[in-house]
Amino acid sequence: MTADTQPQLNFDCETGNYHTFCPISCVAWLYQKIEDSFFLVIGTKTCGYFLQNAMGVMIFAEPRYAMAELEEGDISAQLNDYEELKRLCSQIKRDRNPSVIVWIGTCTTEIIKMDLEGLAPKLEAELGIPIVVARANGLDYAFTQGEDTVLAAMANRCPSQAPETEEAKADRNAIQKLLTFGRKKEEVQQEASEYVDHPPLVLFGSLPDPVVTNLTLELKKQGIKIDGWLPAKRFTELPVLQEGTYVVGVNPFLSRTATTLMRRRKCKLIGAPFPIGPDGTRAWIEKICSVFGIEPQGLAEREAQIWQGMEDYTQLIRGKSVFFMGDNLLEISLARFLIRCGMTVPEIGIPYMDKRYQGAELALLQKTCQDMGVPLPTIVEKPDNYNQLQRIQALHPDLVITGMAHANPLEARGINTKWSVEFTFAQIHGFTNARDILELVTRPLRRNHALKDLGWEKLVREEATV
Amino acid sequence: MKLAYWMYAGPAHIGTLRIASSFKNVHAIMHAPLGDDYFNVMRSMLERERDFTPVTASIVDRDVLARGSQEKVVDNITRKDLEEHPDLIVLTPTCTSSILQEDLQNFVDRAQLEAKGDVLLADVNHYRVNELQAADRTLQQIVEFYLHKARKKGDLPEGKTEQPSVNIIGISTLGFHNNHDRTELKRLMADLGIQINAIIPDAASVHELKNLPRAWFNLVPYRELGMMTARYLQENFDMPLVDITPMGIVETARCIRRIQQVLNQQGANVDYEPFIDEQTRFISQAAWFSRSIDCQNLTGKKAVVFGDNTHAAAMTKILSREMGIHVVLAGTYCKYDAEWFREQVGEYCDQVLISEDNAEIADAIARLEPAAIFGTQMERHVGKRLDIPCGVIAAPIHIQNFPVGYKPFVGYEGANQIVDLVYNSFTLGMEDHLLEIFGGHDTKEVITKAVSADSDLNWNREAMTELNKVPGFVRGKVKRNTEKFARDRGFNEITLEVMYAAKEAVGA
Repeated sequence: MTADTQPQLNFDCETGNYHTFCPISCVAWLYQKIEDSFFLVIGTKTCGYFLQNAMGVMIFAEPRYAMAELEEGDISAQLNDYEELKRLCSQIKRDRNPSVIVWIGTCTTEIIKMDLEGLAPKLEAELGIPIVVARANGLDYAFTQGEDTVLAAMANRCPSQAPETEEAKADRNAIQKLLTFGRKKEEVQQEASEYVDHPPLVLFGSLPDPVVTNLTLELKKQGIKIDGWLPAKRFTELPVLQEGTYVVGVNPFLSRTATTLMRRRKCKLIGAPFPIGPDGTRAWIEKICSVFGIEPQGLAEREAQIWQGMEDYTQLIRGKSVFFMGDNLLEISLARFLIRCGMTVPEIGIPYMDKRYQGAELALLQKTCQDMGVPLPTIVEKPDNYNQLQRIQALHPDLVITGMAHANPLEARGINTKWSVEFTFAQIHGFTNARDILELVTRPLRRNHALKDLGWEKLVREEATV
Repeated sequence: MKLAYWMYAGPAHIGTLRIASSFKNVHAIMHAPLGDDYFNVMRSMLERERDFTPVTASIVDRDVLARGSQEKVVDNITRKDLEEHPDLIVLTPTCTSSILQEDLQNFVDRAQLEAKGDVLLADVNHYRVNELQAADRTLQQIVEFYLHKARKKGDLPEGKTEQPSVNIIGISTLGFHNNHDRTELKRLMADLGIQINAIIPDAASVHELKNLPRAWFNLVPYRELGMMTARYLQENFDMPLVDITPMGIVETARCIRRIQQVLNQQGANVDYEPFIDEQTRFISQAAWFSRSIDCQNLTGKKAVVFGDNTHAAAMTKILSREMGIHVVLAGTYCKYDAEWFREQVGEYCDQVLISEDNAEIADAIARLEPAAIFGTQMERHVGKRLDIPCGVIAAPIHIQNFPVGYKPFVGYEGANQIVDLVYNSFTLGMEDHLLEIFGGHDTKEVITKAVSADSDLNWNREAMTELNKVPGFVRGKVKRNTEKFARDRGFNEITLEVMYAAKEAVGA
């Protein structure tokens, strides 16, 4: 069969009324990831109440996160933006002394056309503290894309060459060393001898530290050395980006960052499927290996072994169907993995589809469907949630992966759900964590199995309209 | 610009949506960018709601920003009208979209031409009022809209109900223990022989609103929500208003006495004194608690109270008058209604604090070192840091404020619940101190440590660091599983690779 006669993926764009979390959500995980940062969200009460109430971050994040709440005077331009931001940032610098202040622009700063990018360099010079501007607004972006805007902004701050030798750096950090006395060095020790000689490689995407270690080890097994991560644990440790540095993403929602790295920093992007699921992780590593001309070692065995270890879970979902309403842009990767597990996917809703950045992932999805002999899913960009509910009612899928607003009502109508947001926050990347994805996916099925004899499937009175 | 870490009251549109989605068969359309529609998540998750939240966001994106909404909002209203046939569609912007200065009233007028149901624009200034004020205003707006409509159609029912009856105004979705208070107030009214004419907005139909004037009086249990409606009904329909929150034994009695007065002025002849006496002295446990030896031990203990006007004022009075607890500070975040609060609590506390700044309250608590705090989730958090117990008595709401069991704050059962809350807050505090003195009695942790010290396996530095990143509550399990795996395979040293291999093998 030639490529032309193969069934093609069906793309649809409903441009409907859909729900995702606001892109400023990224503050919730980025402030934890970048330990010396301070995030200042410049927006309204609506933004602040979201982070406080829906995300529940405010109370715990207090030391390194705050709202610059816009008031009537700011909106009507009676107040001077520069002076106002200077007042707030001076206070933050005095009270918290972070290495960087990240300004998160919102819909409101877009609408009142507040010139954050113009103000930041001036204030940065005056206060002597780096200010990074990210426009994580809901007019242009959905949920996880907030991280994309921050990383794209940070990509411009990465040094273009190693500033000084390691010794000099160690010397300068003598005081810091004293302060962190007793704290062991956490990064995996990278001995030069264990690695193949290859051009520098930088990974982009914010992952929890254990996952970073995990992926670092997987690549180390192939003799590949990671020269840095965007973001690093500290703003002061951003990776060096030179012309020709190879970059590869770990998450499907980072298309702007990828573009910035290629166009502004002249990096070479490795377009690979994403390291989600054993199939995706293998394909991701293989792609990186192939770029560096390395023959991958033991990957097939490794993948087989992971599948073997998950057999008890895959048994539960084989032959079942899963419907993605669309929320966090991880949908294509997750669908591809679940199809490989033996599931069918009638529809993948997704807030935004970058067919170029996700190209390798889409190709793998298509191939996976062929391998497994299942129909190709319809990919619906910007879906209309109301229409989706009608389709769910008609299809009655075994599982719906959905945002938090629809989960309880669907459960009440006897439809199994899993919160999409859990996949955003859980550690799902790499070989080792693949089982954790299935742990999440199978939970509603296992729960229902545990309760199956009770006969409590429908907990609403009439056939309620959706 | 204001540096803010915490908000006690939400933005205005949340108030409007709370009212709209409380009514039966009313739909709200938000004119808002993606992400501003988290109200649906809050309602679905916090209220554990079985039905889809009747709120749809008409998305404002870059396109709308560039060209204006054009037909989008109107289309979304008429579409929803066809899909769900709501009685009423309420249109609201958010802080963000309100500055676009689109003529939303025009959208509403145009949609009304086609829609079978009613269409209304929530009339709220998103930068001047908060959630509570907006909820109060939207409820009044909807009530006025339907009474006006009925009057125009000559549809207003005449006269009062035969039996004494009440409208309970202000019970709403996402309110602090509102669902339980609703049940308790219904019980109380039944005990008093008063018919419920209407409860609004929770589960009410807008078609019933025209019957509101038939009630003998309006009861507004919460000062934050319902006062505007009740005043409107008072001015336009001459309906008496009872605005005493029946929270605590003393105030519940005062509320009932006021109801008695209002009813008897209209020709009823009721005497609730025997009921109040019976409840207070023999049925309710709260009055007895006040006289019990347990409560004696609370005498003179210092407490800080902070919350919305209704709950903070009521709590201050209960602690001070009914339990002999020394309220060193009573505060509210309802700045817009500060005078009332001062007047209410002035004589029951040492100082009054009116503030929306959580740090100001936290500092005051740290300075005053009370034995207990009765506040919001924020003060609970402050209390944790300072090691002071805190009972949560007011919004902002949290999943913990939607208990499945029956936990009202108003009426006689509410008084019992408050006693439990107060007593448990203080005793737990005391227990903490005892534990500190005697070094605790839970030695499990120590045993685990002894066992792992005997371990013959050596964890290398990276693996140890990795292990320490595992959350505390499963760390022991991960450690045991990894060591078991290492022993089985004959590894002497545990490296990162061994750790991950173990994880893959065990599947944990």
